Amino acid sequence: MAELITILIDALTYASWLFIVALGLTLVFGVLKILNIAHGSFYALGAYAAASFVGWAASMQWAPAFSLVAMLLAAVAVAALVAPLTERGLLRFFYGRDEVLLVLVTYALFLIMEDVTKLIWGANPYYVSEPYGLFGNVDIGKQSYVGYDFALVGLAAAVGLVVWWCLNRTRIGKIVTVVIHSSEIAASMGINVSRVYMGAFAAGILLAALGGAFTAPMISVQPGVSVGVIIVSFAVVIIGGLGSIEGAAIGALIVGLARSVAVHTAPVAELFSIYIVMAIVLMFRPEGLFQRIQARKI
Amino acid sequence: MARPEIRIPAHRMLRGLAAAAALCAAAGAQAQETFKVGVVSFLSGQAAESFGIPAVNGAKLLLEAFNKGAAPAPYNKPGFGGIKLEFVYVDENGGATKQVQELRNLYDREKVDAVVGYVSSGDCLAVAPVAEEMKKFLILYDCGTPRIFEERSYQYVFRTASHAAMDNVALGRYLKAKNVKIETFNMINQDYAWGQDSKKDFTWTMEKLYPAAKLGEDQLPKFGAGQYGSEISALMKTTADVTHSSLWGGDLQAFVLQAGPRGLFKRTQVVFSAADHVLPGLGDKMPDGVILGARGAYGLMSPKSALNDWWWDLYSKAHNVYPVQAPYRMVQALLGLKLAAEKAIAANGGKKPSPEQLAAALRNSEWDSPAGRIRMSNGGGHQATQDTAIGKTRYDAAKKMVVIDDIMRFPASCVNPPATMKSEDWIKAGFQGASGCP
Repeated sequence: MAELITILIDALTYASWLFIVALGLTLVFGVLKILNIAHGSFYALGAYAAASFVGWAASMQWAPAFSLVAMLLAAVAVAALVAPLTERGLLRFFYGRDEVLLVLVTYALFLIMEDVTKLIWGANPYYVSEPYGLFGNVDIGKQSYVGYDFALVGLAAAVGLVVWWCLNRTRIGKIVTVVIHSSEIAASMGINVSRVYMGAFAAGILLAALGGAFTAPMISVQPGVSVGVIIVSFAVVIIGGLGSIEGAAIGALIVGLARSVAVHTAPVAELFSIYIVMAIVLMFRPEGLFQRIQARKI
Repeated sequence: MARPEIRIPAHRMLRGLAAAAALCAAAGAQAQETFKVGVVSFLSGQAAESFGIPAVNGAKLLLEAFNKGAAPAPYNKPGFGGIKLEFVYVDENGGATKQVQELRNLYDREKVDAVVGYVSSGDCLAVAPVAEEMKKFLILYDCGTPRIFEERSYQYVFRTASHAAMDNVALGRYLKAKNVKIETFNMINQDYAWGQDSKKDFTWTMEKLYPAAKLGEDQLPKFGAGQYGSEISALMKTTADVTHSSLWGGDLQAFVLQAGPRGLFKRTQVVFSAADHVLPGLGDKMPDGVILGARGAYGLMSPKSALNDWWWDLYSKAHNVYPVQAPYRMVQALLGLKLAAEKAIAANGGKKPSPEQLAAALRNSEWDSPAGRIRMSNGGGHQATQDTAIGKTRYDAAKKMVVIDDIMRFPASCVNPPATMKSEDWIKAGFQGASGCP
């Protein structure tokens, strides 16, 4: 029983981290139909910006608890700065073109962003581990967990609910849904489609950056942090079905659980566990778990 | 229409020929003046911060020092035996296929006289046969896999540092020498060649030194995992006397940052085989009492010598941080190359040597490095052995840095296999012929 609880807690904390990042990926695909490989770069930018903002907050002698606000501000700043530059300056020129071309464009962007982050922050690691201790520790059986991990579960739930509510219960959500179904009809109805694209892309970047910013206290922020997260995020949205919020949530939970079970029962299979699960899901649901049910809707 | 005939007076033609000859001679002399070395290491990607950039930073300092003749004797001749030295830097990131192309470019297009490079064992295994096939001189300065010279022999390829078997044998010997009681041990290593090799070497060492000890958790997270919550839970669930890891760089830093607050380091004696490079960055976040190695007697565990003092000061002043394992491995490679090149140049009448002459000079040679004596004693004179050291971490609040206590030094002959044995066979046979162990 104790082992089962440990497996579930580990799965949940891993899934929450993954969900925040994968949600942005699926949102961008749902609205703009872009498989955004550069999503990992925005995650890294969020982590670097958080490292800088938390350092700045400390120099301004903010109370330690406000480092969480600094991390949130960092993610918002990344989205506000990078989204217009990337979407208006690059991606809009490729809308309507072959999806493979867009994959290549975002891959090129990913490579460029790797160098840009190195130009700005250099190759040395940044540490912002202070916020990691803000929530203390929680002892469950023989295990001692860091409270911050549970706070991340709360953040993931809140982020998921906010995005779902915005898309399903607000006027903005209805506009986005119209644009997803037909951008031409939306434009003829007087909807500013460009602005919707811009907003959706900014929201996607914000989620990636948020994931990076709130992961920064648990890692050393350095070149290469963008690589691992993008592969596993793609696995999540493919399992869940591209463009589905529910799919991202379920996909993240499945990946988290598969990984946790593998680590605790057969560590040698950990590397393959995610891909085995992905293969099984795609065998029976080639479009992902939620794609057919909610086609062309996020 | 007939083309007009252009006649040039004989004396002007002679003058032109003389000028052209002089220019050619000057160009030839200029080409002779430079000894060109390709330096390959990670300038981007996950290994850049820990290994590639510190190593290249060290190489840049040495280039300047060598050309000025500012290194201590016997490394104080300007350049290489009076020939000016020039480095070409190449990023190791991108995989083995790319590195094979880059290596060919270095030899064919850049016309380098030697290449010094490669952190990744996969890259070393890929490029070594290519250099051999092209009959070009190559020094592997860092990669750990013992397979390079244990599975085949080379004429043009060398490794100027000990391979990874030394790291885990030394860790095991340290635990034994310090009377650490071990009934169970856990492991966490990355799931690729380096992690798998390290895991095997440590397991075999434990079988010999602690035959009654049982392996508990054997975690194999993927390279670059970043999140270790589940692995830490598993390691805490099956608490062991010792937990071994060969994690490095960002993976190691993330593991320490996540495992520290969860109390793993208080429940088990953690031993890291290659961790000195994260100490300057982690500072007080590295728990006290962790036993670690540096892949040689490097950094805070380096021996006292005039050469080491020079290197330490040179690097520390230039980069505001003390040198760790990567720059130490680079300096020992370049010092060995310098002596070999100068020996070959002298034998070649002061001219740049051929790859064969360079190889003959480095084969079976010995030289002093800041980390101690380097001997090309294994792999038919192509594989180095060296002394190493293991110690225990303690954060010194006054110095605001991690210091290493309880340092124990192991001579090369104690922790490296003899020239006649493969490392795996040597460990499994109980370290036959090991000598000088403390």
